[in-house]
Amino acid sequence: MNTAGEKVKLSVRGLAVSYSAASALRSLDLDIVAGEILSIIGPSNSGKTSFLRSLNRMNELHPHARTSGTILLDGVDIVREISAESLRKRIGMIFAMPVPLPLSIRDNITYGPRMAGVRDTRTLDALVEESLQAAYLWDEVKDRLDMSGQKISGGQQQRLCIARTLALKPDVILYDEPCSGLDPLSTAKVEESMLELRKSHTLVLVTNNTKQAARVGTRTAFFLMGEMVEIGPTEKIFTAPADKRTEDYIVGRFG
Amino acid sequence: MKREDKRQNIGFGALLAATLLVVIPVLAIVVLIVAKGWGALSWEFLFSMPRDGMRAGGIFPAIVGTIYLVFISLIFALPIGVMAAIYLSEYAKDNALTRVINLAIINLAGVSSVVFGLFGLSLFVVFLKFGVSIISGALTLGIMTLPVIITTTREALRSVPASYREVSFSLGASRWQTVRHAVLPRALSGILTGAILSVGRVAGETAPILFTVAAFYLPNLPTGLSDQAMALPYHLYVITTQIPGIPESFRYGTALVLIGFVLVMNIIATVIRSKAGKKR
Repeated sequence: MNTAGEKVKLSVRGLAVSYSAASALRSLDLDIVAGEILSIIGPSNSGKTSFLRSLNRMNELHPHARTSGTILLDGVDIVREISAESLRKRIGMIFAMPVPLPLSIRDNITYGPRMAGVRDTRTLDALVEESLQAAYLWDEVKDRLDMSGQKISGGQQQRLCIARTLALKPDVILYDEPCSGLDPLSTAKVEESMLELRKSHTLVLVTNNTKQAARVGTRTAFFLMGEMVEIGPTEKIFTAPADKRTEDYIVGRFG
Repeated sequence: MKREDKRQNIGFGALLAATLLVVIPVLAIVVLIVAKGWGALSWEFLFSMPRDGMRAGGIFPAIVGTIYLVFISLIFALPIGVMAAIYLSEYAKDNALTRVINLAIINLAGVSSVVFGLFGLSLFVVFLKFGVSIISGALTLGIMTLPVIITTTREALRSVPASYREVSFSLGASRWQTVRHAVLPRALSGILTGAILSVGRVAGETAPILFTVAAFYLPNLPTGLSDQAMALPYHLYVITTQIPGIPESFRYGTALVLIGFVLVMNIIATVIRSKAGKKR
C-alpha cells in the first residue's frame, strides 16, 4: 500500500509469536496505513489476537510468550527504541469484555493521563468531556460522572472503555473483538464511533463477526493457523477473494 | 421417594450436628470466662499495678506490655510481609528461587511457637545483644506472624481480577503504578484481615515471649524498647501456676481482658475495612 503513496503507520516484519512450545503466529509481514480501519478476521487460534497484542506489547505480560521480528511505529522500533509504557499511550486497546476499573466514571477516564503525570484538574475535566463525547457516551453520563464505572450498563461500559482509551490521545487504537458481548444497538454505537475516529486515528479491529469487518473495515486481512492468508480492500475480500480458504471462511463453510 | 427423603434428612442432620459441635466449644469458652472473670473487672483491675505478690491490685503492666508487643511487632511484620507478598504475587517469576521462598514461607508457618522463642533468644537476645527486652520479643513475634501476613496478603492480591492489571497496563501504567492504583486498593480489606489474624496471634502467644521479653513481675511500667515487659498470656500462666492463693476471678479476669483486647482490635480493623470497602 505504501507504493500508493500513503503513510505507513505500523510496519510489521517477520513477526512470530509462540507460547511455550505452541506457535501462534509465524513470520508475518504487514503494513498498516495511517487512517485506515484494518479488520482482521479468522477462526479461533488463527493468531489474530496474538498479532494485535504484539502491536502494543501486551504479549509480554504473558509469562511464556516469545515474540520475534520487528514492528515499527512511524519508523521507530517499538521494542528497542521506546518503553512499553510510552508505546501503550500511543497505541490504545479496547478489550472484548469491558473492564471498568472500580473507580468513578471520571477517574476511569483520567486513569491513563494521571498515571502519565497529568495533575491539572481543568485539563483532566476537559479530557473527560472530550473523550466521552467522542465515544458517544457524554449525554448519557454527564450528570453522574462520580458514579462507579461498574454500575452502568454493559454497552455503556464498553463506550466508557473506549473513552478511557481516547483520553490517552493515542495514534492507533486496537480493538479486540469489542462487540462480542454487546447488543446490536450498542454495537452500532461502537461502530459509529469507529468510523468517526478513523478521521484522526488508525484502527485495527480483530473480530469474529465477519459482517462487522465488512461494515467498518477499509481493508480486511484473513488469518488462518498463524498465517495471513490474504489481505486486501474489504470490498474485494468479501466479493472476490483470491484464496479459496478465505471464501470458505466468509461464506461460513468453516470456523 | 420416602427413602430418599429419609437419607437426605440424616445427611442434613449430620452436617448440622458437625456445625454445632464447632460452635459449642467457642460459646462454652466465652461463657465460662465471662461468667468467672466478669466479677474481677474494675477500674482498679485494669489500670493499677499488682500488689501483695500479684494477689491484689491490677494487671495494668501486663496490658501495656501486650499492647507494646502487638504494635511493635506489627510495625516490623506488616510492611515487610505486605512488601514480600506484593513481590511474590506481582513481580516474581515462577522459577527455582520463588519456589524455595514459597516453601520457606509454608515451613515458617508450621514451626511451633516455642521454637520461635528459642530462635529469638539466640538471635536477638544473645547474638545481637538486645537482651531480654520488648524489642527482642516484638521481633520474635513479628517473624512468627510473617507467614500469616504474607499468605493472607497474597491471597488478597490474587483475588483481584487479572483483567484490572491488563487494563491498567494497556493504559500505559507501569507495573508499580498498576499495583498501587489498580490492585492494592482492591486487596486492602484482605490485607487488613491478615493484620487482624496476626494481632490475635501476637496478643495470645506465650512461648515466643517466654525467653525474649516476658517478666514474672515488674514494679514499674517499661520505659523503652530495651526494657522487659509483662504480658497478658504469660501473666495468666504465672498467676495460674506459680503463685498460690490468688483469687480465681483474677485468672479469668485476665483471660477475659486478653480475649476482649483481641476482640476490640478485630472490631476496629473491621470498621476500617468496611470504610475502605465503601470508598470504592
